[in-house]
Amino acid sequence: MSELRPPVPPRRHLLSIRDLERDDVERILDTAQALSASLDREVKKLPTLRGRTVVNLFYESSTRTLASFELAAKRLSADTMSLRSAGSSVDKGESLKDTALTLAAYDPDVIVVRHPSIGAPQLVARNTEAHIVNAGDGKHQHPTQALLDLHTMREALGRLEGLQVAIVGDVLHSRVARSLIQALGLVGAQALLVGPPTLLPRGVEALGCAVSTDIGSICDADVVYVLRMQAERMAAGEAFVPSLREYTALYGIGPDRVRPGQVVMHPGPMNRGIEIDPRVADSGAALVTDQVRAGLVVRMAVLYDLLVAQPAVRGSGPVEGARENRDAPPVLTTAPEMA
Amino acid sequence: MTLFCANGRSDSLVVEGRVLSPAQDIDETLRITVTDGVISTIEPASANELVVAPAFIDPHVHLRTPGREDEETPRSGTEAAAAGGYCAILAMPNTDPVVDSAAVLGALVERAREEAAVPIGFMAAISKGLRGEELTEMVELAATGAAAFTDDGRPVESAGLMRRALQYSGLSKLPLALHCEEPTLSRGGHAHEGAVSAELGLGAYPSTAESVMVERDLALAGAEDRQIHLMHLSARESVAALDLALSRGFSVSAEVTPHHLVLTDEAVRSLDPNVKMNPPLRSEDDRSALRDALRRGAISCIATDHAPHARQEKDVPFEEAPFGVIGLETAFAALYTHLVVPGELSLETLLERMSAGPARVFGLDEPRIAVGARANLAVLDLDAKWTVTEEGFRSLSANSWLLGETLRGRVVKTVADGRLVYQA
Repeated sequence: MSELRPPVPPRRHLLSIRDLERDDVERILDTAQALSASLDREVKKLPTLRGRTVVNLFYESSTRTLASFELAAKRLSADTMSLRSAGSSVDKGESLKDTALTLAAYDPDVIVVRHPSIGAPQLVARNTEAHIVNAGDGKHQHPTQALLDLHTMREALGRLEGLQVAIVGDVLHSRVARSLIQALGLVGAQALLVGPPTLLPRGVEALGCAVSTDIGSICDADVVYVLRMQAERMAAGEAFVPSLREYTALYGIGPDRVRPGQVVMHPGPMNRGIEIDPRVADSGAALVTDQVRAGLVVRMAVLYDLLVAQPAVRGSGPVEGARENRDAPPVLTTAPEMA
Repeated sequence: MTLFCANGRSDSLVVEGRVLSPAQDIDETLRITVTDGVISTIEPASANELVVAPAFIDPHVHLRTPGREDEETPRSGTEAAAAGGYCAILAMPNTDPVVDSAAVLGALVERAREEAAVPIGFMAAISKGLRGEELTEMVELAATGAAAFTDDGRPVESAGLMRRALQYSGLSKLPLALHCEEPTLSRGGHAHEGAVSAELGLGAYPSTAESVMVERDLALAGAEDRQIHLMHLSARESVAALDLALSRGFSVSAEVTPHHLVLTDEAVRSLDPNVKMNPPLRSEDDRSALRDALRRGAISCIATDHAPHARQEKDVPFEEAPFGVIGLETAFAALYTHLVVPGELSLETLLERMSAGPARVFGLDEPRIAVGARANLAVLDLDAKWTVTEEGFRSLSANSWLLGETLRGRVVKTVADGRLVYQA
């Protein structure tokens, strides 16, 4: 019933990998690569987003996502402010809508939203004129994680086209997996989902990925992407697997399951000894710290892309205000010049 | 007596147009004169652009009173019903307090007699407090005016209690209307299990969560030889179970909502809280099974499951939003636009399933067009186009899945129980 309501929010936001096309992904990754060079300089700060305001609105605990968004904005000279639900008016029962309206009154350029409920970033987008970046909404999407994963793969393996990526574990509850499957599809890589039948969502093949319950099927993959196994999935009434012990025996990634030449990734935080063996996590095959590093440059690239780099998108959104007519900051016109 | 509304005048008026009453096999251009609420003469007339049909009956409406009078009241809900062409509605008992005692029901009946523009029948609960533990005093509730029994909003979880309800309700002669949902299968579910829920990460509410309960309840009703009515069916598997029961001669009927007939779970991609319902919107395949069952008559009623919610409660992230949408004021136009105009359903079938069909299931007088009959008429302008807006609703709530949509076909006049209750 696409004629009833627009299925995809306009692309002045980054709410879902669905908002992006291949060109967008490649442009963001190229920008991230160019920005990497700036991180090696003695003075790491760029003036690109001077005078812009980036607000981080986090309703869920986070270390690496919040830290990297905050640092990414600062490295680009934006003013930043981070609000967590604890200690804010949310504690007093303020609705997400009212919090969004309150923040909107300060006229931020970007609001980065993390929330436990699916649809929260869309609600903020409906109620403010800021560009919204989804930093994780429930089990739905975590698009910047997928982009930083692609960046990490491209840096480590030199290509994305044709890569085979086995995503192992609790796909059902994973926003990381959903975003990554879509992102891999956009750049011509293949995703294979591997896990117990109870943790593989019914109908997920429609996203263009293969599905297997056999851990042996990861042997042909270039990348083994290990998902976090959350202990609460074994809570009473939520027993998706009978025990962590059996899960680890069947799907845990130990040294015997990684073939030479494969790389191993994990979005963190890791449960060592459950979904990933410490010997794998600490091996040369593991790209976990590369992923964390990529998080910074990719989030810088995402902010740059929304605020500076995508002229074609300007004016395509439903809510266009004076913001779009402001003079762009007189800095870095194209990413490659930064290199 | 199971329908209650404010006593008042009986009106006299004349309507004319293409008179279409499929249950009576009438399709002629006629002038109908209503004198003091009763059809006094019917005579040939010259054609105009209007259709005059027996007014509609909605067997599934949430009036939210008592407890949530900010969302709907008997007054606002029946004004909305009048604007939708309805001459009677059946209200659900999942209020606060629950309609599970003669005292609560009696108070509602009194209120309806004071303020209902359109007659209301009140369903009473099957179990006290909808807790699924003890039966309500069904005989006393029936004597106080209950129209049927239901725990709508939740299933009767215990098969044992369901069986006793079937047995005991026989004393009341009233049917049980059942919300079929197996809670251990639907728990945490926010959308139909399929490609859309897999992609969006929404908790899955599989078709089997409905159909296994439909099958259980049909098995029990068949064994007890009692009449049941299956509410708001959504899944192909449920339709298959219904067909099997009908072929065995069980006394079973079923209803379907406009939103399940028009939308599929693809609409959920918008993450708009106004496409979140229980049962959820399902697949194209399910929708086509529902349309087919409606055409065949296996599903004999269209029910809106009109479920008002306060604006602030729907203006939240999809996952946090309550289930339910309003439908009284848009049902005819939505189905005319999306099913009749594209040739999916005949106008005659639509009118029958919105009027005579529900009347038969609940033992209400069928709205008829005949000299001497009490006037219950919906006058429809099929060519009229109108846009659904928040400001346009008579309902106190505006949680419609049709906001912003332009529809074809409009109710221009409604006569309910001899009174002109709506005029566009």
